[in-house]
Amino acid sequence: MEKRVVFRSAWLPYVLVAPQIAITLVFFFWPAAQAVWYSFHLQDAFGLKTQFVGLQNFAALFRDGNYLTSFKVTAVFSVLVASIGLAISLLLAAMADRVLRGAMVYKTLLIVPYAIAPAVAGVLWAFLFAPSIGIITYVLKGLGVNWNWIIHDDQAMLLVVVAAVWNQISYNFLFFLAGLQSIPKSLIEAAAIDGAGPTRRFWTIVFPLLSPTTFFLLVVNIVFAFFSTFGIIDATTQGGPAQATQILVYKVYHDGVKAADLGGSSAQSVILMFIVIVLTVAQFRYIERKVQY
Amino acid sequence: MRIKILAAALASAGLYSVNAQAQTEIQWWHSMGGALGEALNGLATKFNASQKEYKVVTTFKGSYPESMTAAIAAFRAGQAPHMLQVFEVGTATMMAAKGAIVPVAKVMTDAKEKFDPKAYLPTVTGYYSDEQGNMLSLPFNSSTALFYIDRNKFKQAGVPPTPPKTWKELIAVAEKLKASGQECVYTTGWPSWVHVENFSAWHNVPIGTKQNGMGGLDAQFSINSPLHVRHIAMLSDMAKKGLFTYAGRTNQADAKFASGECAMATISAGALGGVIKAAKTDWQIGFLPYHDDVKDAPQNSIIGGASLWVMGGRKAEEYKGVARFLAFLSQPEIQMEWHTGTGYVPITQAAFDLTKKSGFYDKNPGRDMAVRQLTNKAPTANSKGLRFGNFVQGRTVIEEELEAAFQGKKDAKAALDEAVRRGNEILRQFEAANK
Repeated sequence: MEKRVVFRSAWLPYVLVAPQIAITLVFFFWPAAQAVWYSFHLQDAFGLKTQFVGLQNFAALFRDGNYLTSFKVTAVFSVLVASIGLAISLLLAAMADRVLRGAMVYKTLLIVPYAIAPAVAGVLWAFLFAPSIGIITYVLKGLGVNWNWIIHDDQAMLLVVVAAVWNQISYNFLFFLAGLQSIPKSLIEAAAIDGAGPTRRFWTIVFPLLSPTTFFLLVVNIVFAFFSTFGIIDATTQGGPAQATQILVYKVYHDGVKAADLGGSSAQSVILMFIVIVLTVAQFRYIERKVQY
Repeated sequence: MRIKILAAALASAGLYSVNAQAQTEIQWWHSMGGALGEALNGLATKFNASQKEYKVVTTFKGSYPESMTAAIAAFRAGQAPHMLQVFEVGTATMMAAKGAIVPVAKVMTDAKEKFDPKAYLPTVTGYYSDEQGNMLSLPFNSSTALFYIDRNKFKQAGVPPTPPKTWKELIAVAEKLKASGQECVYTTGWPSWVHVENFSAWHNVPIGTKQNGMGGLDAQFSINSPLHVRHIAMLSDMAKKGLFTYAGRTNQADAKFASGECAMATISAGALGGVIKAAKTDWQIGFLPYHDDVKDAPQNSIIGGASLWVMGGRKAEEYKGVARFLAFLSQPEIQMEWHTGTGYVPITQAAFDLTKKSGFYDKNPGRDMAVRQLTNKAPTANSKGLRFGNFVQGRTVIEEELEAAFQGKKDAKAALDEAVRRGNEILRQFEAANK
């Protein structure tokens, strides 16, 4: 019983998808093509002089030890954001799934942070943790913690991870909750009758059945950490102290937008583009094989 | 009633459009928010009221990097404004863009507007002039780094409440303040601007070859000299002992001092307004501390802030209006109004003298310190200013390496060597792009 709409007209389907294709071409393919073009050129800020430099922009990047460090920082940041974010949202979703009274209220409150732009989330947490005036700083100082993320690497990383995780929890929560609700109750009840406790039921039945959702979210979260978090970084640490929180996409933004170095910045975004292509291919291959509801 | 209002609205709209047609509009993009933006708009309004031919239209375009990015994008699209306010680190980028800009000196001579380059303060205009002394952009808002102390904290620690003159004295005071229980003893704003750029000028040592980059695009950084290394090592050591609290790369230290958290700070002259408004400190301003065993110290400090660039590709008639406006801005009375209203330094000697004569400095002690420090001695090749290609990236590199030193992750020598190496790569890239 396949549900498929069949068009009799030869051209109508193309007309219907044309706006979407036009948007994709103008806002995705055209800029991407431009980035590739710029990455092979050296140009002054005003675009008065342009010269072809081959792979020189890429060579300069890979010669620079700091750019390679930036990969490591990005990896650490993404793994932390994805793993902490997923763990907390799974816990929240599992708990919200069992709430009987006022479930709507809990769910709504948990979804609210998703409506907040990353840059605003960054400012919010930067205020809470501000070295002189932050309210959490005040509490930490009372506990004897020397809190100053302006100069301490690990604290700066912690700050941006907390802000990014908080921003992304709602999205994860929604998917986990939907995943949990689609697990047949009969399976869980059968296990309960066989004498399995709540913990055992979760790990042997619920968690494996959630795995497609978890995998999808893992990929989405890593992509989020890779690309969408530069607003958080810009509003808080700006990559510092030294380069402790300089993730790849923030360097693209700094070099391209702030420093008007289009060649270097484009080379970096081309590299990022490759990474996201690899990630997407991995996601589709894996999900096509594994997702069987 | 309604018809009457409508008629009035129509009439005034008609009047407005007639005016707009007769007047030549001059677009001015800037980055002055809040009270500073109001002061800037006040200048434009005054100019517009003073004559009928031209109308200066101001547009706030966000932070300095944002308005520069916007202007670059507008230029690429053939719609650049007539005038653009650009921060000092963008100077080399603007200057290299021949064809995108028109030097201010040329704008003034072409329009036959009265223009005497000697009337301007050399330390202020030197920053924005070419090797032949032609003014490329008009300094608009300029400040310098000054040394602030909180006399209350000094008294509590039993130290005579005057600003220490040298770094040796500062450390001695810092130790006493620390011993008296002061948590944040000394802090600084703008680490690269204060401790590398101004530090070099103040001690008359070069920041880079080719007169700090003013003599050509093939300059190299020289901020890893023994004196630089010694100074950064000293600060790192102070940080380790808790005598120096790092506040961040921009003006975060302003609030740390104004709120009474820190006892001493090297921050911008422009921070004074905030310090007075907060009224939490018994502040006093001194010159930047120096190392007294350095022969020429103290020399003079250098400016920070922004200047007005005239963009190319407009009609000659419009440039006449721009010239008229720049001449208007340079008048002593206008400069005095801007200087006393905002805390930025005046750009001409006449304006400084006029402000002095008005008794403003007697009533507001400390407000003349910036000009006095900038004109402490006649500027040398090391203290005239600096001009490095893509210094937006260059300054970030310096700040990253300073942070590594202050964290104790790198020693001062290694950090500054690395800053020079990475900085020079940026300079070579800029040189290649602007050949």
